[in-house]
Amino acid sequence: MADYETPKLLADVPVVVVPNIKPGAMSHSSPYVAKPDHNIPLGFPGELVENWQEAAIAKMGDILQKYRSIQVYLDSCVKCGACTDKCHYFLGTADPKNMPVARQDLLRKVYRRYYTFAGKYFPKLVGATDLTKEVLDDWYSYYHQCSECRRCSVYCPYGIDTAEISMAAREILDSIGYGQKYCNEIIAKVHKIGNNLGLPGPALEATLEDLEDDIKTETGVDVKLPLNQEGADILLITPSADFFAEPHIDGLIGYAKVFHAAGLSWTMSSYASEAANFSMFIGSYDNMKKQAERIRKAALELGVKRIMVGECGHAWRAAYSFWNTLAGVGHGAAEDDKYARMLQKQLDSSYPVPQHICESTYDLIQQGAIKLDKSANDHRRVTFHDSCNVARASRMGNMPGGQFIIPREVIKAACNNFFDMAPETIHEGTFCCGGGGGLLTDDLMEVRVKGALPRMQALKYVVDEHKVDTLAAICAICKTQFAKVLPYYDFPMHMILSVHQLVGDAVILGSND
Amino acid sequence: MSFLTVTYAVLFYAATAILIGGLAYKISVYARTPAPLKIPTTPAPTTTSGVVMRMGREVIFFESLFKSSKWTWLFGWMFHISLALVLIRHLRYFTEPVWFWVSWLQPFGKYAGFFMVLGLLGLWSRRVLVDRVRYISAPSDHLILALLVGIGITGLSMKFVAHTDIVSLKAFILGLMYFDWQPLPADFNLLLHLLLVAVLMIIFPVSKLLHAPGVFFSPTRNQVDNPRETRHLAPWAAPLDSSSAE
Ligand code: HEM
Ligand code: SF4
Ligand code: SF4
Repeated sequence: MADYETPKLLADVPVVVVPNIKPGAMSHSSPYVAKPDHNIPLGFPGELVENWQEAAIAKMGDILQKYRSIQVYLDSCVKCGACTDKCHYFLGTADPKNMPVARQDLLRKVYRRYYTFAGKYFPKLVGATDLTKEVLDDWYSYYHQCSECRRCSVYCPYGIDTAEISMAAREILDSIGYGQKYCNEIIAKVHKIGNNLGLPGPALEATLEDLEDDIKTETGVDVKLPLNQEGADILLITPSADFFAEPHIDGLIGYAKVFHAAGLSWTMSSYASEAANFSMFIGSYDNMKKQAERIRKAALELGVKRIMVGECGHAWRAAYSFWNTLAGVGHGAAEDDKYARMLQKQLDSSYPVPQHICESTYDLIQQGAIKLDKSANDHRRVTFHDSCNVARASRMGNMPGGQFIIPREVIKAACNNFFDMAPETIHEGTFCCGGGGGLLTDDLMEVRVKGALPRMQALKYVVDEHKVDTLAAICAICKTQFAKVLPYYDFPMHMILSVHQLVGDAVILGSND
Repeated sequence: MSFLTVTYAVLFYAATAILIGGLAYKISVYARTPAPLKIPTTPAPTTTSGVVMRMGREVIFFESLFKSSKWTWLFGWMFHISLALVLIRHLRYFTEPVWFWVSWLQPFGKYAGFFMVLGLLGLWSRRVLVDRVRYISAPSDHLILALLVGIGITGLSMKFVAHTDIVSLKAFILGLMYFDWQPLPADFNLLLHLLLVAVLMIIFPVSKLLHAPGVFFSPTRNQVDNPRETRHLAPWAAPLDSSSAE
């Protein structure tokens, strides 16, 4: 299957050239289809239902009534073309169906056919089409070439968010038993065991003990990684990749060192051992809620006062933007909202809930509660990748844009050599790593490699210009994706690090002993 | 009353009813449909007044479009701002006496028609010349531009080439408004202009022109970024809570 070429990087420019369109260039790309074992635990039909056409159209009608975004976005696009060159998958593949508006049109043309006057009576005129098997397969292919990164939404004059459209399309596909294996298999594991890896409590406990030993050997200090500790102040929810994957695990060690140095009381939970919420990727409110309620339940049982989230992009979106809605994990529930109040009255209102680990570390640095020795990172020249969901779908701190400032301030407090990538490739305009939104699977390797192109181009520029050798990120998916695709572009795989690895290497331990 | 006058009178009543009824229906659908999750595109304002400012910048200056494509912004903004001036200028056919601020804007409105057509031609050329925009264009996208250019050119030719009988036209329009029909001048240019305008009014609520009300309802632009401070819950989602609250 590896009969594709890695795109070539250009010299001396931070941004790629917009390609001419190549229709059909990626029409062969499509992930493995979910099997009954993956679908049934999520409440979806096991396999493609017989009356799929009718069922899909009915589901679309249902979504149109439940989501204002979909209703407004399907009507409002004027085909101005402003978004056409904004998607990294288009820039990397040149397939016109990877232009955000064209991706939306796959759904819109069916919406128009069945739900609008113009499409019912003048389909050719407005480009409306019947929902055929061919169209359905196009949906399956191209709605799995969108990482739901929202870059298009920044640039659309109406804020049309193709991520919303892709989520709706995947929800329709799931409702007729035509979902994607990667996401659904993982969600089923969370429902059953509590994390994406399917790592059961005892194994998690053993892993954490091993890590404590490692830290002790390395630093001589007894840094703890507590699990299921009732009465702790802080419940840390982190992506399960932090428990085993490289470079993630060094980030987890970094959080532990910070908590230790600051003398904070904290714990993790084996029941809620996953910050990621892949149900968001498939647009399933019910499953998303079910996942979020694990955090609620763990927080209630452990009696914590604060809830903190580790480094993960879409998880931070789910936590920051959705947990309050889904499970009352936040503040400010109405007087008569018993469900949310039950948890909220237990939480400390002087801290934001949920709080990002970077927000907490930043505050600790500001307060002088931890001290960092920047010279520990003097052998590194660092740049930072803004993860899409943090940049465009959430916030840190109390002012808009805090999500750009806080991680950078944390990095700068931990190292002397920091260089940002070009302005049009960071902050709200950041380019996705290429592996988000449920695409982080080997069966989508081609689209992942090609979709990484704009980020790799921006990276090359700072590598050439400033001899950058370290790419720091705060997202488990970004870290895994970069570790995989960096070598395709002739960068060393180990360039990618957790922000809290930088912090962990610099933080002065024992100040608290 | 001539057959022509009756036809146009009926046409305009019908077009107005479709425009207003259609828009009211669509707006009520948008208003009724909940946005269950907080999805503002961030960085987003953290207060309602901040959101009003953000929306204002989008609607008046096309802020996001400015970020994404300078040419589209230039032509698009030129077209819309001119269209707004032209529409305001047209109010003098509907008001007696003419409102003072309408007459005050007349000198600006006079040449706006040219810029409107220029902007439209700029947008149209992008639609034809840029391969990406050509790919996403349906016949209706070209036809709407043709319709607007047609309206602009027939209008301009009445202003600058062959004047029409404005006094009788105004009498016709006021007659429509007060149900006291007056004859419509039988001038080819005018009839074509009015016909195209009626078509525009009719297609408005069933076409992409819905972007005009749509932008105000876009959750990525009109939501306040405060999900941690207040619990946001859609009516259809609320009952899901109680079922799992022990
Ligand atoms: C709240 C009022 C409105 C806003 C904020 C708005 C905004 C926009 C924006 C940002 C665009 C994309 C850029 C462009 O192609 O120009 C656009 C396109 C367009 N607008 Fe509007 N608009 C409004 C009202 C109207 C009205 C009243 C009409 C017509 C009667 C109209 C006709 C069009 C057309 C035809 C296009 C597509 C141009 C093309 O084909 O490229 N708009 N609008
Ligand atoms: S920028 Fe928005 S309105 Fe313009 S083509 Fe893209 S989705 Fe449609
Ligand atoms: S959300 Fe991101 S991946 Fe999806 S179409 Fe928009 S820019 Fe492309």
